[in-house]
Amino acid sequence: MEQVIANGLYLGAQYALIALGLTLIFALMNVLNFAHGQMYVLGGFVTYSIYGQLKLPFVVALICSGVSLAIVGALMEKFLFRPVIRRSKREESTMLLAAAIAFFLDALILLLFGEKQRGVPKIVSGVFISDSVILPYDRIVVGVIAILMIAAFMLYMQYSKPGRAMRALAQDRIAAQLMGVKVERYSMIGFALGAMLAGVVGGLLVSITGVNSGIGGPISIKAFLMVMIGGAGVVGGAIAGGFILGMMESVGLTVLREYGDVTYLVIFALLMAFLSIRPNGLMGKPWG
Amino acid sequence: MGSEMINRRSTLKSLALGAVSILAIAVASTFPAQAENKELKIGFVGVTSGPAAAWGTSNVRSMQTRADWLNEAGGVKIGDDTYNITIVTFDDQKDPKRAIAGMEKMAQEGIHYVVGPNVDDGAAAVRPVAESKGIIYFPYAFPKSLYVAPASNAVLGMVANYQSGPAIYKYLKENKSVKKVAFIAANESDPISQRDGGVAAAKELGLEVVAETDTYQNDTRDFTPVLTPIVQLKPDLLVLSGVAPANAPLLIRAARELGYEGLISAETAQDATVLQEGAGELANGFISVGGASTPEIRTPLMEEFIDRYTKKFGEYNDESNTKVYALEYIIETLKANPKAIDDVAEFKKTIDSFSAPNPYAKDSMLKYVGTTSFGQKRQVSVPMVVTEFKDGTFKTLFIGEVD
Repeated sequence: MEQVIANGLYLGAQYALIALGLTLIFALMNVLNFAHGQMYVLGGFVTYSIYGQLKLPFVVALICSGVSLAIVGALMEKFLFRPVIRRSKREESTMLLAAAIAFFLDALILLLFGEKQRGVPKIVSGVFISDSVILPYDRIVVGVIAILMIAAFMLYMQYSKPGRAMRALAQDRIAAQLMGVKVERYSMIGFALGAMLAGVVGGLLVSITGVNSGIGGPISIKAFLMVMIGGAGVVGGAIAGGFILGMMESVGLTVLREYGDVTYLVIFALLMAFLSIRPNGLMGKPWG
Repeated sequence: MGSEMINRRSTLKSLALGAVSILAIAVASTFPAQAENKELKIGFVGVTSGPAAAWGTSNVRSMQTRADWLNEAGGVKIGDDTYNITIVTFDDQKDPKRAIAGMEKMAQEGIHYVVGPNVDDGAAAVRPVAESKGIIYFPYAFPKSLYVAPASNAVLGMVANYQSGPAIYKYLKENKSVKKVAFIAANESDPISQRDGGVAAAKELGLEVVAETDTYQNDTRDFTPVLTPIVQLKPDLLVLSGVAPANAPLLIRAARELGYEGLISAETAQDATVLQEGAGELANGFISVGGASTPEIRTPLMEEFIDRYTKKFGEYNDESNTKVYALEYIIETLKANPKAIDDVAEFKKTIDSFSAPNPYAKDSMLKYVGTTSFGQKRQVSVPMVVTEFKDGTFKTLFIGEVD
């Protein structure tokens, strides 16, 4: 059982990190970013190219993934989402735009990086073995980095000036604007930060799970699942959602294995029941 | 003033037309053979995007490489005519509905020979279209109903898992003392049907099957939770039924990191680079059905094909050792019976007696097989090469043949 819990905690940490960027963008701009998974994939391929192909240090590759995705995110916000939000009152417009970007990025990534699964050398070799738990060291390192990044992100949002501005925006856009918060500037920073998180986690996990051009969609779906559990637009909710999903997967795949592949069936059934009782998720607010 | 302008325009127009005509004559005289050649369109309907994209992409790239090569050499002589080969492709995204649309598109373009689809449900879905529109298709899908009469338009493009599986298990039982087997498959129709076939074959050989219902979502990225309970059963052999090339290294790595020390095998073709990048030395010893033209048996023509493919697309895919065959079978069968070029009934007549030298493998013939499995010849004969992965390359374990 210890192994199952360790698996769940590790999965939860990586899931939470994936969900953070998605929920941040939703909180700031009310945009369901369907291209989040594709951003993750792009970040993974940047790390693959720099660490796996050019043989530069992993940290450099990770920073490049974060920076390049931050730039992509900022440009997307400035030239795509901002004009659409300005011109259209309908929320579907941004959803359609995000879906179009997802398809575009899928095609672009396939063109640039090919169809094959890609992987990079392990960042740390060896496996931790005890009587009850077996955990490769690279997973431990990635899990710890994920938790540190979550903590750093929360501290940034709590205590930095941009963090406070973004939280104000998330709470009430108009009130924040009236209080002098530069909405456009912080929206762009927030979108860039969300994209950067997707890129960094993509880069981080390429050392464990590799990356291929077709996984963007499934990653987005899983991220939405976590956000729905935790509550859309709430940072703490995304983290909770990630850990809950990770633990449910780990426990379900062990306990329910003799019944076949019913784990996700059970998770979705529980999610439907849960949302019918608590439609805003664990920590979500009725107003978004 | 006006008439002067018109005159000037007319003169310019005449000059431009003259220049174009001279250019056209020059181009025509430079490539006389190609200009006279007719066009033979061969279709592809299969998956070239998503996690299983590697399967279809290796098909398309093999076809395009070979077609370019043949066209460059002056085209293919079939009967009294010489044809340039054009490959028409359609990405079905592994969706049966799109596969049907793809086959309809092929019919609209007047195409009678199609390679693909790559998966079971797609291949089954296109059957009515292929049969009603007069299309012979070469799926990489294993349901016997596609190849057993009254079905007659599908020709299996590779070795099926129920043909390779028993051979692999028998070899491992006799040579590696395998007694306990565990199966794991993606929760999709193809891998599950392959798993069921594998389980039946293993039981028939007297092996103890310790896990036969374990599945995973095809988009799983971390297989540790899935494999934890299976590894605890300590099987001698872990079979990754119908595993996609993208998932194989992740499964192998997770199993090995959990301390699994037994053998791991798959009945689907894999990619050496993908395995090396994704699992490194942890993939050493992994057994799979390799491409049908391994270094030990390949001809210089196959070497050239690999060279051309690599130059054209930057990187070779071992699966193309098998995928290169379908187009060759189509062209060679048409050469044997030129009437089949727009009449698939003629193609079917030729299947039974067709035989030609295999350009890709030494001491081998191109011929249709499948009588034992399907009761009629509805499978291309390719060498069944079982390989073991070792330090980034596949080493041949043994070579078999399908009847």
